[in-house]
Amino acid sequence: MRHAVLERWARGSSPFHRCDSRAKIVALLVFLIALATANRGLPLFACGLLVLLVAALLWARVPVWGALVRAGVVLPFSAVFAAVSWLAGDPARGASLSMKSYLSALAVLLVISTTPLPVLLRGLGAMGVPHFLLDVGQFLYRYFFVISEEAQCMNQAAAARGATVRQWTPGGQRFRASAGALAVLFARSYARAEDIHRAMLARGYRGRFLLLDAARFRRADVLFTAVASLAPLALRIAVERALP
Amino acid sequence: MNPLIEVRGLHYRYEDGTVALNGVDFRLEPGESVALLGPNGSGKTTFALHLNGLLRGEGDIQVCGLAVEKQNLPAIRRKLGIVFQDSDSQLFMPTVVEDVAFGLLNLGMDSASALVKARAALETVGMTGAEGKAPYHLSAGEKKRVAIAGILAMEPEILVLDEPTTFLDPPGHRSLAELLAQLPQPKILITHDSRLAAALCNRAVFFDRGQVAGEGPVDMIVARFGWDLAWERSKLRF
Repeated sequence: MRHAVLERWARGSSPFHRCDSRAKIVALLVFLIALATANRGLPLFACGLLVLLVAALLWARVPVWGALVRAGVVLPFSAVFAAVSWLAGDPARGASLSMKSYLSALAVLLVISTTPLPVLLRGLGAMGVPHFLLDVGQFLYRYFFVISEEAQCMNQAAAARGATVRQWTPGGQRFRASAGALAVLFARSYARAEDIHRAMLARGYRGRFLLLDAARFRRADVLFTAVASLAPLALRIAVERALP
Repeated sequence: MNPLIEVRGLHYRYEDGTVALNGVDFRLEPGESVALLGPNGSGKTTFALHLNGLLRGEGDIQVCGLAVEKQNLPAIRRKLGIVFQDSDSQLFMPTVVEDVAFGLLNLGMDSASALVKARAALETVGMTGAEGKAPYHLSAGEKKRVAIAGILAMEPEILVLDEPTTFLDPPGHRSLAELLAQLPQPKILITHDSRLAAALCNRAVFFDRGQVAGEGPVDMIVARFGWDLAWERSKLRF
């Protein structure tokens, strides 16, 4: 699998990786709420949170620079709204929006790069997220790789017959060829979905995914939840008290 | 002795009107393994999908004394395990052990027992240690072994294997053949590989255009229908 850096990071080994996914989800929610509702002293608070996140990345042995860069993927989106706020005469709001979105993305990235998605989905299921949504997520995740490899094979087959991405063709032929390839990919995905459904029925599937029991929530997980949830709250209280 | 599988007059037509099966009769006796040979599109896989009710055609099918009808499907699917041609379609759970335990949990087994049986099945197919891996991290041969483990865990009385050596390299092919030879269950083996058929099966049934064109000892059927890779009989010279 050539295209899943996060997947590789998530399969790493560190105390952070070993924490129960439910503990990480709770800590993430607290972090996001603390950040989203912060207003006074936001720049200082944001710097403190960034330090906390970088420390957590180091503890989790996740490449810090790689994570910082990848979290920046949200900036183009938030920059649009920041620019609108700036043009409307409220540059502080624009800056706040960018800071909050970047730190939120980094926190989410920290959790998904230390928790394999199946484990994360299981944690969400244990916390009451509807199973239907989780099943869809699980299938998307499982077959994203299969379908993307099929797409890569089709792309290579096209390249082997002289097609290039930058090639100019008259009369929108490239568009038609791409649309045709997408249709073939859709048809293949549909056929695969039928095969998967048959394989599920053949092993007694009756409309509901039954899973092996999740791991037990250990004392270390309780401790992690408490510390990781209290840290951003304590930081925010400290920053707000420090301000005049 | 009653046959394990008895099929009489099976007809099936796909939605686009293609006749896939046109009056197939078939028997699998206790203790025997049968190879289904024949050209691509001759109806072998379609036939196999009828055996546990995944497709429903016209005709009578009995598996282990049970008619293939809606009320019997859970029992039949426990007794007859199908290993599909493309392992990626069969391995849909996030981790290997969860995939192997999938069928057991559907049978109503509790988590702890399912885990024990899943681990035992993985050991049988030589995949101990792969429990926590994601299926897409496995090689084609490993995927096939895990797919077989998922079926073996359910302790079926009959195994149906649809072109099990597809996508395997020669060592993987050999090692899978050795594994299959060790499994005690009667098998229905869909394959183009006449040597594998001869190694694992007592009898062969040759499908052609949705009908049984011939049946008998594997070597005889292979010779009768020219179903081998005999290069010496080809005009090609190297």
